[in-house]
Parts: sequence; C-alpha cells; structure tokens
Amino acid sequence: MKTYDAIVVGAGHNGLTNAAYLAKSGLDVLCVEKNEYIGGASVSRNLYKDWIYSNCSYVCSLLRPEIYRDLDLARHGLQVTPYGGGTVFMENGDYLGNYPDHEVHYREYARFSKADADAYERYSADTMRQCRFIRDFLLRTPPDPTSFKPKDLKELAHLGARFFEMGEQRMYDTIRFWTMSVAEYLDEYFETDVIKAALSGSGIIGTALGIHSPGTAYVLLHHYMGEVDGNMGAWGYARGGMGAVANSLAGAFQSYGGELRTDAGVEQITVKGGKVTGVALSSGEEIRARIVVSAMDVKRTFLKCMDKNDLDEDFYHRVKHFKIRGSSGKLNIALDGMPTFPALPKDSPLLDGDMHFIDSMERMERAYDDWKAGTWSKDPYVDMVIPTVCDPTMAPPGKHFMSCFVQYCPAQIEGRDWTDEERDQFGQTVIDQISEYSPDFKDLILHVEGRTPKEIDNEAGLTEGNIFHGELTMDQLLFNRPIPGYAQYRGPVGGLYMCGSSTHPGGGVMAAPGCNAAREILADLKRPDITPVNFGDD
Amino acid sequence: MSVQEVEQGRLRSPFYPRQSELDRLNLWHEWKGFSSADGFFDTGLEYFSVRNSTGVFDISPMTKYRITGPDSLDFIDRLVTRDMQKIRPGRVAYAAWCDDQGQVIDDGTIFHLREGEYRLCSQERHMSWFRAAAIGMDVDIADETLDIAALAVQGPTSYSILRQLDIPGLDELKPFGLLHADFEGSELMVSRTGFTGDLGYEIWIETKQAVPLWDALFEAGRLYGIRAIGTAALDLARIEAGFIQAYSDFLPANATVRPGRSRSPLELGLDWLVDFKKPVFNGRRALAKEKRRGSTWRLVKLDIEGNKPAHHSYIYPAPSGQKEVGFITSAAWSPVCKQNIALGSVRTPHGKPGDRLWVEIYYQREMHWSRVMAEATVVEQPFWNPARRRATPPGPY
Repeated sequence: MKTYDAIVVGAGHNGLTNAAYLAKSGLDVLCVEKNEYIGGASVSRNLYKDWIYSNCSYVCSLLRPEIYRDLDLARHGLQVTPYGGGTVFMENGDYLGNYPDHEVHYREYARFSKADADAYERYSADTMRQCRFIRDFLLRTPPDPTSFKPKDLKELAHLGARFFEMGEQRMYDTIRFWTMSVAEYLDEYFETDVIKAALSGSGIIGTALGIHSPGTAYVLLHHYMGEVDGNMGAWGYARGGMGAVANSLAGAFQSYGGELRTDAGVEQITVKGGKVTGVALSSGEEIRARIVVSAMDVKRTFLKCMDKNDLDEDFYHRVKHFKIRGSSGKLNIALDGMPTFPALPKDSPLLDGDMHFIDSMERMERAYDDWKAGTWSKDPYVDMVIPTVCDPTMAPPGKHFMSCFVQYCPAQIEGRDWTDEERDQFGQTVIDQISEYSPDFKDLILHVEGRTPKEIDNEAGLTEGNIFHGELTMDQLLFNRPIPGYAQYRGPVGGLYMCGSSTHPGGGVMAAPGCNAAREILADLKRPDITPVNFGDD
Repeated sequence: MSVQEVEQGRLRSPFYPRQSELDRLNLWHEWKGFSSADGFFDTGLEYFSVRNSTGVFDISPMTKYRITGPDSLDFIDRLVTRDMQKIRPGRVAYAAWCDDQGQVIDDGTIFHLREGEYRLCSQERHMSWFRAAAIGMDVDIADETLDIAALAVQGPTSYSILRQLDIPGLDELKPFGLLHADFEGSELMVSRTGFTGDLGYEIWIETKQAVPLWDALFEAGRLYGIRAIGTAALDLARIEAGFIQAYSDFLPANATVRPGRSRSPLELGLDWLVDFKKPVFNGRRALAKEKRRGSTWRLVKLDIEGNKPAHHSYIYPAPSGQKEVGFITSAAWSPVCKQNIALGSVRTPHGKPGDRLWVEIYYQREMHWSRVMAEATVVEQPFWNPARRRATPPGPY
C-alpha cells in the first residue's frame, strides 16, 4: 500500500497553498476534498443557468502578493481586478460615497463635515501605521513566548524591535488599538454618524461581536491590511469568481506533481503510537501518509475527525471552547439586469463599488442585538457587491450576479436548528432592505441562493459558518491562535499539522496560514525553506 | 494675399467631443501636436479594462501615410528590413526601417489595404525620408494623419463588442488581418492589431465619421464593459506585452546627436524582422556586418524579484554593482502577471535568455530614499501573452 509523504485535508485556498509548497519542495503530496468540487470557501459555483456565483467569499484583498507571485498564480489563471469605492444609502434619501480618488473622497466627506473630511487623513495614517506593523508578521510563524529556543527568542526579539521602533506614543496607541471597540476608535476621529457607520462595518464582518464590543478595532485592521497591486486597503474581484483563487492554486499544485482527489471526505485522521498514519475516508478507504496536514478549522479537525483518545484532555477541552461562532450568512442572486438606485446620480462610479444600507451606529448595534437574542438581524448589515459590473465572465451580457454578505445571522435560531422556511425569511429580510433603495430590484431577481451558517457549515465545512475559522479576538490571535502552545502549525500528535485559517494570521482568503505551515513542515523534514518572504514596504 | 495662420494651440482629436464628456481627471499631455489623455476616470481601472473587458484608446494622432502607385510594394520592400512580398492584401506587417548604418529610424505597422495600396502607421513623421527613398519609383506618398480617425479597441470582450456592429468577416479575421466594411456609407477598416498584447482590434474611418463611430462602438460595448482609456493604461499594457516604444526603449536614429545612442533592429530584439534573403533593403550591408561581427547591445525583458519597479535603474552582472552593463528603459509592476517587469538595454554578451542580472532600484517611502539590488532573470517570451490573443474566432471574453 502506497504511503504518501503528506496528505492535506481540504482543498480550500490554504490547503492548496500548503499542498503546493510541499509538492514544490519535492514531496509526494495528496490533497483530499470532501466535496466534488474544490475551493472550500474560495469557490465559484454554477448554480443557475449561465451564472457563476462566488457563493462564499466574494472579494479579494488579503491574498498574499508574495504567494500570488511565487506560485505563479497569474499563469494558472488568477486575475484580480480592483474595484472602486462604495456607498452607504441613507434613510433620508441621501447617500455617503466612498471614492478611491483622494480629493473626491475629501469633498464627499466634507459634504457632511469638514472636520471629518480632514480627520479621515489622520485616521488613514494611524490605521495604515497599524497595518504596516501587522503586515510584517503575516508570513512569519508566531514566536512561542514561553520558549527559550533560539528561533523563538529571535522571533520575539523581532516582534519587540518592530514594536519599540514605533516610539512611545504609537506603542500606547497600538496596545489600545488591539483591545478597543471599533466604535470607540472611530469616535476619536469622526463626528458624523453615517461616516462612522460606514467605516464600522469592517470592524464586525465575520465576527460575533457588535461595534461597541472590545476587540473589534482589530477586525477593522484585518480588512484594511490587504492590497491590490500595492494599493493598501484596496479590494478586488477575482475574474471568474473566487473559485479562480483555488483553481489557480490547484493548477500550481498539480504543476509540481501534486495529486488532487475530490469526493474524498475524511472520516478520521488515523493515529498509531502517538503518530499519524494517514486518513480514513468516509468511503471506508484508508490512505497512508507520514504527515497529515489539516486545512479544516480546529474544531472540525479535532472534534469531528479525530479519536478523542488520541488527544490530551486539556488540549481537547481548549479546542472545544475555541470561539468560532456563526455570525453571518449570504444571499447569492442572479439578476435579469442592473438594478437602479435612484439615490445615486446617473453613471455614478459608486455603482461599481460595494453597497450598504445601514446609516447609523445605533442601527449597527441593534443588528447585533437580534443576534444576541438568537435570531437574524431584522435590519441587517449587508455588504453587497455586483462583480459582473466589471467581470464579463460570470453572467450573460446585461445580466448580473449579486453577492450579499449579511450580518448578523446566528448558527442556530434560539438554540435550535434553522428551518428552510426561516432561511427563506432571512433572505426576504435582505431583499426587502435592498428594495427600499432600489425599486426595480425585486423584479429583476431570477434566482436566489440563501445561505445561513447551517448551509455554509454543511457545504464549505466552516464550523458554525464562521468565515474566519475562529474569531479574530486578542485571545485567539498570534501566539494564541488557535490555542496557546500550538501556534506554530504543529498538532498535538506526531506528524500532524494545521494549515487552515484557525491558525495565524487567521481568516480571509489570505493563503498565509497554508504557506506558513508549509515552512514549518519543511523545517521539521530538514528541507530547504522555499516559502516566500515578505516583499516589505520600507 | 491673406495668409491662414497655422493652428497655434494643441490640436484636438476627432473624438474629443466624446472624450471630453467622459473625462473626469483633466489630465492631458501632448502627442504629436494633439491633446491626448493620460486617463479619463481612473488610470488603474482603465488598465484593467484592457485585461478584463475592453479599453478604447484613441490612436488618431499616430502618423499615417497612404502609399499607392505601381511601385508601392517595391518602395516599401526596399524601405523596411522585412520581406513585404509575403504580406498579401488584407494583411498587416509590423516592420522597422533603418538608415544606411542599419540603425532604426522607427518602427510601425504597414497595412496592405488592397493590391498595391498601403497604409503605413508610425510614431514619428517620415515624409522627407520616404520622399528621398522613393526617388526613381512610381509611387505616391500622402500624409493622411488628419484624414483618418482611429481607435484601438483592446481587451477580452473586444470581439463580442465588434460583433454587435455586424462586420462581415470579423469571425474569420486572424491576428494581423484586416478587412473593410461599410459604416453609415463610409468605409470602415478593421484590423486585428494593437499595442496591448491582448485580443484586440484597431478601427479606422474618415475623420468626419469619427463621432458616429465612437457612439456606435460605445453603444455596442455598453454591456461588455467598454471604457475609454488613456496613455497611462496603454503604456503599462504595452510593457507587459514586451513592445518597445520610440523615445522610451530606442531613439529614432536620425534624431540622435551623440554617437552610440541609436540601436539596430538586431539590438532591439527585432532580428525576426530582418530578412537577409532580400537582396536589397536600406541598411542591409551594415546589418549583415553586424550579424557577422556581433551586436553591441541587446534588448532584454527582465523578470525582477520583489515588488519595487526598476525605473531608470542601472543593470549589473553581479550584485556588487561595480561595473554596469546596461540600464532599464521601461519598468512596471505588472498587475496581470503579478511580476516586477522591465525592458532594458544591455551590452553583449550579457543578457542572453535565462541569464541572471542585477538591477539597482531606488525607491522613495515618506521622503526617504532606499536602494535595493534586485536579482533579475532575462526572459524570452512576452510577459503577457494569453491564448485568446490568437484564437480565431475569438471567444466571448
């Protein structure tokens, strides 16, 4: 019976990135995927006629440019096209635009408050300073602060050096930043409610916290630290949908000789004598390997795909209490034409950007209140995009695909499972909200795919439908991610590794966890490090 | 006698009435006497329209000559280094022409419109050179720059857009092919050519029909992501395609003052355009000698590590950076290839495909300057060369 050098479980972007690097290094690698299609949450699905849906993740910014280049993903078909701007529609018929052009953006904010327009520049610089600090650690393995190994001491020294070079004031700012709420952070700069509401969205996306909850300022950073071609904070569409990310990674992986198997769900990661021996598939087939890398989230990996008796008690307990709460859902819609938004001027460039329909901090917080009460927000925060305004490949000419990210949406309704009827009501809530700003929207709908955390959990395999594989709070970041003592991608069993978004630096279509885990695996195998280093910006 | 004063300001393209409506940036530069837009709404997004949907670039200011007469083929064949006998009517040839020393005066595209009837399109003006070259031949050379308006329609949906205009023969039109069609009673010439390295066309019409053509084109492209683009977007696309440009990557030989500043076609990677089987063409003797003895310079396409564009950098054979062997002439971060790319001129024997070179990059961050020595690999193929560029009939996107 064949024994692979490594089996990677899960063909999402992190699993494929990890598999690609292991294969590139010359290892004999098999990547197994439970679905009949690859991609995990970076997936393009053809669910209605000629429409292609980015039915999980829908925009791209965090994908590490170093990996994009190093694995030659452009040659394997990935093309990320930036999109400009965004809009918050207001209940009074006005709107707030977010323009990529600096001066236009200033004028738009000044329409509401000259002070806020000025403050935006200070806010941008302060936020970018935090981004710069954190970006340096994305392609590095977190140090273990309790270890005296030279590698950890060196990495801790690096962390310390980057921190101290910011200077006294900025060091205080940074510590505050990592623990404060996005509402408090924005209050320090802005006076206009709608401006704060517009900016606060990035602080809660994917997180079961409200804008007033401590720790949400960091989540904002997580959405700002990406880039498109060096434009920090910019977001783009993957041509052909987000599946293009996974497909190009699969292309790279296979070009290095890697083997990809779909329809091959892992029932159990098999262990003998404290060492992994391979995986047992749901079909009953067993495949042997010296190394098993799980790209699944930690809960799925350890609670569902391993024998409890192969794990230490305390470790198991911590995994069980890892925070991975469902907070968002999605609506994917095929449209017969471009909806009109009468509030916007004709031919406004804002029509090409993202759209939002909550215009106050109070409405943002009330949306969270519903989640706490165990139901979906009746006035939800929706991050809506229509990628087909610039992507000709996802729908027939003149037709459109609309992606609505919806928050808040709990994993369960008042402690019990979602019914299909409730899922449809959840979808209707979103459709009704958008219709208030687009009178012809409802008539243009051809097909709707509603996804609550239940569907996302079942299909993409994200526990509770949590898009980040675990929340991005301080207790679950850097050397605490996913679990203290296990932040360096090694599992609690010999030959077992983790490379999903539950590990540092966390969720989003970033591919950094997969790459970082490959670096550690190659180090354990005493093979040369072939993973890319940070481009750097200094 | 009353004298008509020559136009004192910048000329406006025949498409200006429509361009000015789309213009949000108010960013124009001069191109051969015309106002030409750097960009219209967002130079970055304009660039992406070329790679993702369709970008429309106004090439009306290009110098255009109509060459006719019984000796037109002989004239052109003697002028350029390429064998023009092979270019049948309905075909287009990219070509370069040289002075007697085999140094490139300019490059351009030559459209064989009909038997014995050509359009030569170039960056620079050459009437004086062409007249001299035509002595003793029965050939008529007319400058039609102001008579013909033209648009480059480039990008993956360009075929889908032009299809809406019901152009007979468009499906079968191959790269470097051209066809004639009727547009509201005027002759529309469509060629499958361009300066972006992507699927694309150039469309040509008499000046008075420029605005109606623009309107028809943009209406046809409404659902296909059509955008007007400026020079910033085009320049990035042409570097990705590995295309050289006069005054960036070479200088017209007859415009150089200092010795050694001109280049031969062999030194510009255009050896495939030099056909020594032709008994006579201008510069042949000098080029044959250069071929025997070896060239001084070599044009290189460089894939450079890191993400800092190598603008104006020196090129070195070793990271110590002691003795420079050349310099970068065009550089960019390529958004579509996700590569740090450049064109450069290096002294032979350096710069063979696969060679490793070092590029000294200076870049500024918040007032301070930094310097890196980045390793660069000489590549042979264009950085961007998608299959859709060659597909006939092309796909919908």
